[in-house]
Amino acid sequence: MSASRMPLGVVARRQRSYFRFIVPALIVVGAVIIFPWLFTVWMSAFDWKIGTEAHFVGLDNYTGLIHNQRFLEAVARTFYFTALAVVAPLILGTIAALIFHRQFPFRGILRGVFIMPMMATPVAVALVWTMMFHPQQGVLNYLLSLVGLPPSLWVYSPQWVIPSLVMVEVWHWTPLVMLIVLGGLAALPTEPYESAKLDGASEWQLFRYITLPLVAPFLLVAAVIRTIDALKAFDTIYVITSGGPGTASETINLYLYLQAFAFYNIGNASAVVVIFFIIVMALALLLLYVRQRTQWT
Amino acid sequence: MDVTATAPPRRRTRWRFRRWLRKAAFAFSVAVIVSPAILVFLWMLSLSLKNEIDNIAYPPVFIPSPPTFANFVAVFEQNSIGRYFWNSVVVSGGATLIALLVGIPAGYGIARTGAHRLTVLILIARMTPALSYLIPLFAVFQFLHLNNTLTALVITHLVITVPIIVYIMAGHFETQPRELEEAAQIDGASAWGAFRYVALPLARPGIVVGFILAFIFSWNNFIFGAVLAGRETRTLPVAVYNVLTFEQLAWGPLAAAAIIVTLPVLLLTIVIQKEILTGMTAGGVKGG
Repeated sequence: MSASRMPLGVVARRQRSYFRFIVPALIVVGAVIIFPWLFTVWMSAFDWKIGTEAHFVGLDNYTGLIHNQRFLEAVARTFYFTALAVVAPLILGTIAALIFHRQFPFRGILRGVFIMPMMATPVAVALVWTMMFHPQQGVLNYLLSLVGLPPSLWVYSPQWVIPSLVMVEVWHWTPLVMLIVLGGLAALPTEPYESAKLDGASEWQLFRYITLPLVAPFLLVAAVIRTIDALKAFDTIYVITSGGPGTASETINLYLYLQAFAFYNIGNASAVVVIFFIIVMALALLLLYVRQRTQWT
Repeated sequence: MDVTATAPPRRRTRWRFRRWLRKAAFAFSVAVIVSPAILVFLWMLSLSLKNEIDNIAYPPVFIPSPPTFANFVAVFEQNSIGRYFWNSVVVSGGATLIALLVGIPAGYGIARTGAHRLTVLILIARMTPALSYLIPLFAVFQFLHLNNTLTALVITHLVITVPIIVYIMAGHFETQPRELEEAAQIDGASAWGAFRYVALPLARPGIVVGFILAFIFSWNNFIFGAVLAGRETRTLPVAVYNVLTFEQLAWGPLAAAAIIVTLPVLLLTIVIQKEILTGMTAGGVKGG
């Protein structure tokens, strides 16, 4: 007996009895997720430091941020970091997926090894990278010297700190892109390849005109997830540089952390959260919109 | 193939050589993409098994000789890593169990009513920066004098564990046929009875996956503990960061502690290798 064939009253009663199953979770979600959202939006209209009186200031926190040089720089830096930390894993992850899509000995084990970075505790790997970045005793400069390159200051140089942090991010999250694209490759039909091969297409042409358009939707999913996560990157940046040297690696999230938990400037921090959320949401929707307009598939 | 069979021997060897070259190039590319992953973990292991003189030597010493467990002994004796490990077990375990308690029925309810709008909520939660939960909860805990307690940490970690368990269980119950539950209800079982005695036992595999993923994300979380925990209630990632980087700066113990934090996660990962993707893409709130 399926729900569609039952009388309407029965269906409605059923829906209600199933709704009861959801209530406890709704209470928890309301308390720890929805309440914080509302509280944040509300507090962003106040000038409030923990331990003092709160004053209603309307949109002053927002207008203050628009004229705040340090915040604007953090926004620009976040975009720079995100662009690199989305594009590089997408390219490398696609190459890795093409490799793991083939059959070869020890494939299962090697794939398991390849995805290890993605699950490892971010703080733990960040600490190991901190030691590897060390300009005097770090292993990375030793590796550079082996191939005849001059040593780098890595995260101690204002100019190189963001690319260095992106390197950690790429190491950490390329496996996720690989897994998503690999799923796309597994679902590919075989017929187009057979007919293209009969027509004498080269391997590059097969990839460019058949594989790439067919896995494009999966690449887009990977791009959206990567964009969200890269914008929100915190643990590795905080552990490795804490936003330094100076403010050279201070992204929105790092700035937010300082406002909230170093200066306890709750009103201002809440306004940052709201703007930050709008940026994340807007970029995610933009990617989905671009996909609808271009229709790669 | 005809071509090779009739080709003169010279051309055949050249063809073989090219095939060999192709295989070698492929093996090389596999090595290139896998090595960064494996080398960082091997370097972590190497640092943890060497004494401090070898660890800061230049050029670096790669193979510990002889390997020493002194770093591991040191972090347990001097830094009470054991206590922080237990804190992490309590926080992640507690938050995951509560999430299972409310999340399994919720996943069931969503799957059976088709209330998919609720999963959109979960996706929005995924996009929200973790700090935006932390600020209000911090203020509330301050008011309730709950800051620096494990209770506050367990409650905050529900932000991570509940969405992921609801999402995974909803997906799981959707694939589970409902005929058996309907048969039980015709025989007089209540909706709760059909869930408790028919649907729930069948959902064991999904529950295991949800449990492990939620536990991993909660275990890996740094920022909640960094803000809310006191000296005694630090979770393991926070303790490793605070104690070992500020109060002493020795690479051996730091690497040993990093291994202690991340090893349980890597072991759990092996158990659910196949289901990881679902969790990572849709999953709960993670990172910052």
